Parts: sequence; structure tokens; C-alpha cells
Amino acid sequence: MFGRLTEEALPFYSEIAMAGAAVTVLGGLFVVAIVLWTGSLGYLWRNWLTSVDHKRIGIMYVVVALVMLLRGFIDALMMRAQQAMAMNSPGYLPPEHFDQIFSSHGTIMILFMAMPFLTGLINFVMPMQIGARDVAFPRLNLISLYLTAAGAGLVLISLVIGKFSTAGWTGYPPFSENEFSPGVGVDYWIWALVVSGVGTTITGINFITTVVKRRAPGMTWMRLPLFTWTALCASILIVFAFPALTVAGGMLALDRSAGFHFFTNDGGGNPMNFANILWMWGHPEVYILILPAFGVFSEIVATFSSKRLFAYKSLVFATVVIAVLAFTTWLHHFFTMGAGASVNTAFGITTMIIAVPTGVKIFDWLMTMYRGRIRYQTPMLWTTAFLVTFTIGGVSGVLLAVPAVDYTLHNTTFLVAHFHNMVIPGALFGFFAGYTYWFPKAFGFRLDERWGKRAFWLWLVGFYLAFMPLYALGTMGMVRRLQHYDNPDWQPYLIVAAIGAVSVLLGIASLAVQLWVSIRDRERLADKTGDPWNARTLEWYSSSPPPAWNFARVPKIEGLDPFWRLKERGEAYREDESYDSISLPRNSPDGVVYGALAFLFGFSMVWHIYWLALLCLLSIVAHLIASSFRRPVEQVISADEIARHDHEWKTAARTASRYDGDPLCDYRPVLRKVPAQ
Amino acid sequence: MTDLRQHQRDVRTYLIGFGLAVVLTVIPFVITATGGLSRTWFDLAILFAAIVQVLVHLRYFLHIDLRHTPRENLLALGFTGLLMVIMIGGTLWIMGNLAARMMGT
Amino acid sequence: MSQVDIQQHEENEERAYGFWLFLMSDAILFSLLFATYAVMVTATDDGPTRSEIFGYWRTVANTALLLCSSLTMGLASIAIREFDKTTGLRWIFVTMILAFGFLVLEIQEFAGLVAQGAGPDRSGFLSGYYTLVGTHGAHVTIGLIWMAVLCLHLALRPIDPIIQSITERLTMFWHLVGIVWIGIYSMVYLPGLYQ
Ligand code: HEM
Ligand SMILES: [Cu+2]
Repeated sequence: MFGRLTEEALPFYSEIAMAGAAVTVLGGLFVVAIVLWTGSLGYLWRNWLTSVDHKRIGIMYVVVALVMLLRGFIDALMMRAQQAMAMNSPGYLPPEHFDQIFSSHGTIMILFMAMPFLTGLINFVMPMQIGARDVAFPRLNLISLYLTAAGAGLVLISLVIGKFSTAGWTGYPPFSENEFSPGVGVDYWIWALVVSGVGTTITGINFITTVVKRRAPGMTWMRLPLFTWTALCASILIVFAFPALTVAGGMLALDRSAGFHFFTNDGGGNPMNFANILWMWGHPEVYILILPAFGVFSEIVATFSSKRLFAYKSLVFATVVIAVLAFTTWLHHFFTMGAGASVNTAFGITTMIIAVPTGVKIFDWLMTMYRGRIRYQTPMLWTTAFLVTFTIGGVSGVLLAVPAVDYTLHNTTFLVAHFHNMVIPGALFGFFAGYTYWFPKAFGFRLDERWGKRAFWLWLVGFYLAFMPLYALGTMGMVRRLQHYDNPDWQPYLIVAAIGAVSVLLGIASLAVQLWVSIRDRERLADKTGDPWNARTLEWYSSSPPPAWNFARVPKIEGLDPFWRLKERGEAYREDESYDSISLPRNSPDGVVYGALAFLFGFSMVWHIYWLALLCLLSIVAHLIASSFRRPVEQVISADEIARHDHEWKTAARTASRYDGDPLCDYRPVLRKVPAQ
Repeated sequence: MTDLRQHQRDVRTYLIGFGLAVVLTVIPFVITATGGLSRTWFDLAILFAAIVQVLVHLRYFLHIDLRHTPRENLLALGFTGLLMVIMIGGTLWIMGNLAARMMGT
Repeated sequence: MSQVDIQQHEENEERAYGFWLFLMSDAILFSLLFATYAVMVTATDDGPTRSEIFGYWRTVANTALLLCSSLTMGLASIAIREFDKTTGLRWIFVTMILAFGFLVLEIQEFAGLVAQGAGPDRSGFLSGYYTLVGTHGAHVTIGLIWMAVLCLHLALRPIDPIIQSITERLTMFWHLVGIVWIGIYSMVYLPGLYQ
């Protein structure tokens, strides 16, 4: 009846596992309790959980990302503590548990922290940047969110019921086959990936269609803001790379549950083909993470240098080239599997080539800053740190692209240092920068600068302390994923790395305090203008927070940086004579329904409760069919309401200073003298 | 009666496509049944007939046409074609190379 | 065209384009299944090889059924675009019969193979074979269900832009299914049957 599910799945076998389960369960209960206690369930349901507004969906994605960042980081901290103490001793984490932790850390950070974060930012910003009212398929957008959440839920619940995979975030067979991993861990990993992967694919299709079909009149390709370009290219990568993840995961699932022989040691299986297919997704995936962050940096560099982006076209070109070349390098993740010199050389060369457009971008950003009037506020700090730190990571990457070098460094902590050195400055710092940059647009007040700077410095210092020692350790021969070791030379480095992790912990705490302080001081930090940073692109051409319809009238675009042009001509806050009513899609409970069914489906596949899985699948199909008969319901916003809102905002924008009560930050007098470019 | 003419043209397109597809299907099946070609030539012939038939389906059934189909649809299709070549070709090359090296001892 | 019509038209265009992207993604998925089949084709683990398990006439029949169904689906889509409900329903019905015939043959084939000990768990080669051909069969099944739903729509109300949009996407889907089958008989069945 319940497949493999028995009471033995509960974590009473180890205190640490029990503590993890308790934190997960209590955390969930705590949230539910707060919602019930404040009586906000109805409010949440109507305004958020069923909302198809791309801005709200974007914000909910970021909330998922921040929660998962916390969970992923606790894993990291536990690993750092273990390795700092496990010299000639077992430490406090048994191997079986340590292995689960690095597996869940990697899986969570990439698929359930970074992916939702960038999807959230794109959702929030991109439609506004192209002058659209919403994405092309708002209801599907909500469903994608819940599919991602269902995947995240599967990873979280594995801590409470059963165990997670011990096969690393890449789940290589033959280790991940039944023969060596008979439990449910790998199945949790597979179904979390597949369920969320479906959601991500739908998102990618949605974003591409939005950019292609919903641009405002006059928004030609060469006038797209750079963030939109990167969003588009990341979405293309998603649509074309995620099938590989589905195929690899699906085949592994067939091997495990139905006795197929794709990757087994016996029966003619070929484990190396798994690496081959997985990395056809895996390499593009890292560019999916990094490209949107590049977009954020581009917007921020231009805004905070008060200059047009340097060599816009070359940035666009570099982005597109990266999106294509991303599909040609996948073998560099398994140089050591035994392919011949010609194969390795070819992929070594493509890997080095793809570094070139990235280098081009770095110079473009530097040239944008050159002789600009740079304002070092928090978003710009993240950006500057990225420029320096990412370059170091890029250099170590090009080193690893030489197959001969990779043979000595493969699977050492040098590699761990390299990819964290790419993904933390290259993606996470970008997401934090975007979070700080667009926060006032989302909520109507800025984030506190002081705590933002503290968080920044703690993260930056923490990053260097945590990962520079790993480069050294890698060259000293320390392999990754080590639960304990006996080389005394390594321990000092590992202790430094642990100190770095503590610094990052304080950085995360500062981010939490910053949020708290900013909500408390929201009056002082309020942004009445809708344009707190003196920015250039269309998402700032609305009140903060923007109305559900984004723009009272779809703007006509006449060049790059359209909002800047409007401000320059003094037309940004001119009111229209007449307004039209606007119809918008209504809320929909579909997201919750599909998300719940997908979660249940994944859960029952993990535990081999096949009747339930089938039932879920049939319900999904029945729902799809039923909804094809439903007419989309729309709500109509009256012209009066739109006019009133527009009037209020534009009046405030004309009269309020850009930073109320913070005159030092008002750059308008200075900017007026800078020739518009 | 432009509607009627349009109708006839649409139906004719499908029928032409169908006719070509039938021919391009019969050829490989006949080659298979009669034999006589070396394996390489057989593979090449089948591959060629398949590729041409895929093009026929795209042209006559999916109405892809370099002039009238929107550019964004063509770009997506072209990119898919490129990736298929990269992914299938890459897999055959990588896994073939590996197999050759592992068997050679 | 009225304002509402224009909006409906734009929405249908967006749907068609979004669906086109989905089909491209699906095509990539199939290419990886093809690539894997090619890698596994020699991995027979001393079990049945590809020259032992395929039937020539069954392949001919399957191919004929699917190719004809491409034509009938196309004729159905033309009729529905022209608001001709009777003809549209008739051709969809024919398409469904052809697709159903295809599925019956395929299920028979799989059942026969499993009965003679050539199931997917026998060898890497057979895993690759069943997964590739089975995924295509799953697409045929989805298409069949989708056609039934379309018939229901047609039975319940006069043809409107929404029905036309559904038909347009279903037709695209069905043609992809046809194209994948060209790959399957050319890369899987015929090379196996060629002596
Ligand atoms: C915030 C500070 C972070 C710390 C202190 C940290 C720490 C660690 C540690 C200790 C490991 C295990 C290394 C080993 O195998 O010896 C690891 C692995 C990994 N981390 Fe992080 N990490 C952090 C952030 C991130 C982020 C932001 C990402 C991705 C977006 C990420 C992705 C990964 C991946 C993919 C692995 C490999 C997991 C595996 O071995 O399967 N990490 N990290
Ligand atoms: Cu890579």
C-alpha cells in the first residue's frame, strides 16, 4: 500500500538527523502559526499565493530562494566545521551523513537557491523593462513557481522522511544505481530535479515568448536593456539544455525502479554516458546562473556610473555568443574519463574560447565606469567586488581548461574553489546586487545602506577566507568530499576556511537585520518617485511599487535607455489627457493545485507508491483537460482608477526629492551637468 | 471565390507533401528488402532519405518556408538543428572514442 | 477585426510560438534518446541483437499508419480553420483510428518481445530501444487523448478562435510525432532489418 514507506523512514537513528528534521518541521510550523495567528491566510491567498501578477510571482520566487539559501548555507557551515576538526578523528558527522550534506548543499544551492533567485528577478523586472503588462502566459508562470516549490519541498522533506542522496549533486552512476545506493536518497534527488525541471522549462518558454512577442512599440532588438538580453539568452539555454537533465534523470530512474541497464555496471550499461548527457545540461546550466547576474551588473554599472553602457552592442554580441558556445564545452567536466587526446584537446579549446566573450564583458563594464560619476552604494559595491573576484575565478577556470592540468587537479578542492569562485561572485553577488537595486521598486522603500555595507564586507571577506585556502589545498593534493583526513599540513587551511564560513554566516545575519531595520524605518527610506537611483530603463518608469497594470499607457520607445531620454526631455512625469481601461488576468488556484499534485507525485515515485503516483498523474491530466474548457477570466481596471493612480505617482515624483531626508544622495543637480549620452 | 482557391491550395500542399513522403519512405524500405548495398552505402542512403523526408514534412506539413515563416520560428528551428548536430555528433564522437580506447587494451 | 478579436489573435499567436518552442525542446529530448540508442546498440550483453527482434511488415504497417495520419490531421486542421465542422470531425476521427492502430501494433510488438525474454531489463541495447520507441509511443498516446478532447470541444460549441488555436497546436504536435517516427524507422528498425 505505501510502497517502501515504513516508520523506519523517520530520523530516529541519529541525533543530528533528528535535529535537522526538527528544525525543518518546526520552521514550517512556525510559519504556519504566524500566518494563522496574524489571521493573514486570506490576505496571503488572495494577494500572493494565487496571484498571476509577474511581479508578485517574482517576489515569491526570491522568497523561496532566500529560504533555500539559508538551508544550503547551514549545510555548508556543517561541512566546514566537520573538515576543520576531522584531522585524524571522525569529527562529528558520520560519513554517510556528511555525504548527504554535500549532496544536498550542491543540489539546493544550484537548483533551489540560484535558479529561483534569477527566475524571480527576471519575472519581476523583465516585463517592465520591455514595456509589457505581464509575461506571455501568466497562469503558466504561477504553475512554474509551484513546480519549483514542489521540487524544493521534496529536498526539504527528505530530511524528515527518509534520507537524501549521498551521490553528490551530479549523482554519478554506478554509485547512484541500486547496487550501491539502494535507499530512497537518489530517488529524492531525481524527482526533485525532474519536477522542478519541468517548471523551469515552462518558465524558459514563457520568458522567450514574452521577449519575442510582448515588446512595446519601438523596442527593437538593439534597444533591449541588457538585463533583458541576458534573461532571453538564459531562457534559451533553459529550453534547450533542460531536456538533457530530464533524459539523464529519467534514465537513471528507469535503471533504479524498472531494472533497465542504461548506466549499470552489468547488462551492457554504460555509466560514462550519464556524465556525457548530464553535462550537456550541466555546463549550459552554469551560464543560466551567470548570464542574468551579468545583466544585473550591466544595469547597475550604467546607473551608478551615470553613463550609458560602454559598447552596448559588444555586450549583446558577447551574451549571444556565450549562449551558443555554452553547448560546446561539456566534456571539460570529465576530461579524465579516458577519452583520447583529440577529444580532450577539442573541448579544452572550446572552453578557452568561451572565456573570450566573458573577458570582453569585463572590459565593457570597466570602460563604463571609466570617467563616470560612480556612486558607491551597496549595489555598486557588489558589482565592483564581482569584477575583481570573478576575474580570479575565470583565470583558475582557464587553467583547468588545459586537460593536462585538469588531470592533476580534477576532483580536488582546487575545483571546489574554482566553481565557488565563479558562482558566488558571478551569480550570488549579482543576485544580491539586484535584490538591493530593485527592492525599492518592489516595496516602495530602499534597504538600509549601513547594514547592506556590513553584509557586503562580511560576505566578501568570508568568501576569500573560505575559498582561497581551497586553491592551495587542491594543489597540495586534497580531494573534494573528504569526511576526514590524516595530513596535518591541511588543517590550518581548513580552519581558515571555517572562519571564512563564519564570516559569511554573519553576512547572512546582516542581510536579515538589514531587512528588519529597513521595514522598521520604511518611512525614512521611502521612495515616492519610483526612481530612487536615477536609473535609465523602463522598469523605473512607474510608481514604487508599480500598479498591477505596470504602465497606464504602453510607452513608445525611441532608443536605448528610454526612461533616461524621457527624463532628459522633461517628459517622464507628464500626465496623459485621457486614460483607457485595462483588463488583466484574474487570480488562479491552479498553481497550488498542480504544485501539490506534482509534489505528491514525486513523493510517491520516491517511495514506490505507484497507485498514488498514477492517481496524481491522472488528476493532472483531468485538470488540464477541464481547464481547456474554462474561459480565461479577466478583471477590468477602470480608466478612473488608472488616472488617479497615475496622477498621484507623477505628482509625488515631480515634487519629492529623490531621497527624502537624505540630500547627500540626491544627484540630480550634478547629473544635469553631465551631457546625456 | 478566393476562399475556395485558398482551400484548394492548402489541400494541394498537403497532398504534394504526402506524395513526396510516400516516395521517400518507399525507397528506404525497398532498399532494406532487396539488399545488395554495403553497410556504409546503406546507412548513407537511409540517412539521406530520412533527412530529405524531414525537410518535406517541415515544408509541406508544418508550412516552414524561408520567406513567410516568422524569423523567430526559423531561428528556433535552426538552433535546434545545430544543437542536434552538436549533441548527437558529440555523443557519437566522445563515446565512440572512449569505446575504441577501452577495447584496444 | 474588433479589439477583442485582435487580442484573441495575438494570444493565439503567442500560444503557437510558445508551443513551437516546446516542440523544439522536445526535439532535443528525442535527439538525446537517439544518441543514447546509438551508444547502446552494441551493448547487447549476449542477449538479442537488433537483427533478431524487428519485423519488416510491422514496421511497414506502423509507418504507413502514421504517415497517413499526418495527412488526415492536416486535412482536419484545414477544415477547422475554415469553420467546417463536419469535415473536421471526420478527419480527426480517421486520424484517431490510424493512431490507435499504430498503438495497438506497438503494444503487441512490445508484449511479444517481453514474452520471448527481450524486455527492457535484458540489456543496455534493449533499454535504449524501449525508451526511445516508448517515448514516441507516449507522444502518440498524448496526441490521441488530445484529439478526443478536441472532438469534445467541437461537439459542444461552434468553432471559435480557441478551438482553432487548439487545433493548430495539436497539428504541430502531430507532425513532430510523425517526424520523430521517420528517425525511428530509419535509425532503429531498418538498420536492424538490413542483412
Ligand atoms: C556561501 C558560502 C558557501 C560555502 C561556505 C560553501 C561550502 C561548500 C563546501 C564545504 C563544499 C564541499 C566541498 C568538498 O566537496 O570538499 C561545497 C560544495 C559545493 N557547493 Fe558550496 N558553499 C557555499 C556556497 C555555494 C553556492 C552559492 C553554490 C551554488 C550556487 C554552491 C555550490 C556547491 C556545489 C555544486 C558543491 C558540490 C557538491 C558536491 O560535491 O556534489 N556553494 N560548498
Ligand atoms: Cu562547464
